[in-house]
Amino acid sequence: MRQTITQKILASHCGKREVAPGEFINARVDFCLGNDITAPLSIHEFKKAGIKKVWNKNRVALIPDHFTPNKDALSAKHCKILQEFSKKHKIKHYFEQGRVGVEHALLPEKGLVGPGDLIIGADSHTCTYGALSAFSTGVGSTDLAAVMATGLCWFNVPESIKFIYKGKLSKWTGGKDLVLLTIGRIGVDGAHYKAMEFTGPVIKKLPMDDRLAMCNMAIEAGAKNGIIAPDKITRDYIKVTTGKRYAQYVKRFKRLCSDRAAEYADIHEWDISGIEPQVACPHLPSNVKGVSMIKKVSIDQSVIGSCTNGRISDFRIAARILKNRQVNSRVRLIVIPATQKIYLQALREGLLEIFIKAGAAVETPTCGPCLGGHAGILAEGEVAIATTNRNFVGRMGHPKSFVYLSNPAVAAASAIKGRIAHPDEVAA
Amino acid sequence: MRLKGRVFKFGDNINTDEIIPARYLNTIDPDILGSHCMEDADPKFAKKVKKGDIIVAGRNFGCGSSREHAPISIKACGISCVIAESFARIFYRNAINIGLPILEHKEVSKHIKNQDTIEVDLSKGKIHDNTRGNEYSTQAFPQFMQEIVKAGGLMKYIKKVK
Repeated sequence: MRQTITQKILASHCGKREVAPGEFINARVDFCLGNDITAPLSIHEFKKAGIKKVWNKNRVALIPDHFTPNKDALSAKHCKILQEFSKKHKIKHYFEQGRVGVEHALLPEKGLVGPGDLIIGADSHTCTYGALSAFSTGVGSTDLAAVMATGLCWFNVPESIKFIYKGKLSKWTGGKDLVLLTIGRIGVDGAHYKAMEFTGPVIKKLPMDDRLAMCNMAIEAGAKNGIIAPDKITRDYIKVTTGKRYAQYVKRFKRLCSDRAAEYADIHEWDISGIEPQVACPHLPSNVKGVSMIKKVSIDQSVIGSCTNGRISDFRIAARILKNRQVNSRVRLIVIPATQKIYLQALREGLLEIFIKAGAAVETPTCGPCLGGHAGILAEGEVAIATTNRNFVGRMGHPKSFVYLSNPAVAAASAIKGRIAHPDEVAA
Repeated sequence: MRLKGRVFKFGDNINTDEIIPARYLNTIDPDILGSHCMEDADPKFAKKVKKGDIIVAGRNFGCGSSREHAPISIKACGISCVIAESFARIFYRNAINIGLPILEHKEVSKHIKNQDTIEVDLSKGKIHDNTRGNEYSTQAFPQFMQEIVKAGGLMKYIKKVK
């Protein structure tokens, strides 16, 4: 049988030479993670089942990133549950506040996930690591508890949809625009239960931060995973992050590609030349338009951060636009580097100074406002543009508030203009 | 296993932010989660539901976040079963894992109306609309999923087979 990269990774984790779409498998998990919202439930289930020992203390990450720094006493209690469990079971990858970052930015940066790995996380955006050629998917708390106990997880092998991007990306566009365009075209359940395989000459040249942003949002099309085959860009990235395991990962590269005659549920081949920055309008990530189609939408807040676009290249783009300019006097610009490393890098490069001089609030790494948690909640009737990943009803605060999703250039330009704006309107 | 209840209808793409908003995710207490169930889609929902009632919805029910708090809040507020045209995959897993019965049926949401009384036979995959006298059939779960549900959820199942 000719197989896709997703099938190959799944097969190699259940002791089979090949697996077919629709087949149920019980697979060996390489790494699993949970956060301060999902892991307390996992730990509760783990204890309730009377399990004494974690399957592998080096392959579990507990990441208090959502409501941290602790937003209230109940959230503090949840973080304490993670801390105590980590201490008791000697969990190697527990990240205390001050060292923690947004999970899906943190784990790739720390080299804890890599090509050919099978990863599950009790967070829907776990699909991010497909950018590093891993099979990686979100599950719930009980699934995580079961993996913490056994190292195994069942899957239904997904069909794949192949996306081939051709042409040349225009100025101010990147991975976020490609994925928004894609979700806009196929819909929020357009890849229901399936693997989204991103390929083509545009992907070949796409930097890792942009690839991470693309795979991050595969879930917004209902996909099980997003994935990109490894290449030189992957190699350069993991060379810095994975240390001693680098050689072992590179050895897998040859196997990690879809066979030429592999079967796909669908193949989309798109020329993306000339697309402008894309914006998802309320209240679905698929409600996508080119930025110039959106007229006279005033904003109250702009958020640049999250597991989608909180990486160093995102802040470089935003700083390019905000340098020597001022955030509109009616607008709150909130900037959240996704990890401490990114924060420090942005500091060293002078980006934070640009943001602060422009009138932005710069925050410590947290998921915070993305999910309406804290640190940037919208009031009734307020409108935000955000580089985050979801704009469902009430996502960033009041049920009657409105979230538009965009890339960091649009979010920065809009903060200056006080309305949704094309980056060309403010910067060259 | 047979269930009977009044129907609460919802549309397509009911997401986990609507089922249980993030502002309540600082607890794992099922009763508190249940009291805020569906609050941003229908603020009075949790008060209107009687034990045994059934949600019937359109496509992609439970899309969005992986929060297991979503099926927990639905179960805790008294809903006995969710029937939808399709479910988002993480919600599907979570519902089985916590023992909330769910059924997929492509047509049902087009015919069953809000406040109809319906009966569901989970082992046979049958749905009967008592108000309108219609009956619908759907697929039963794969064997191993039935075993998870029978064991009372994933963790109990693991304990049994480990």
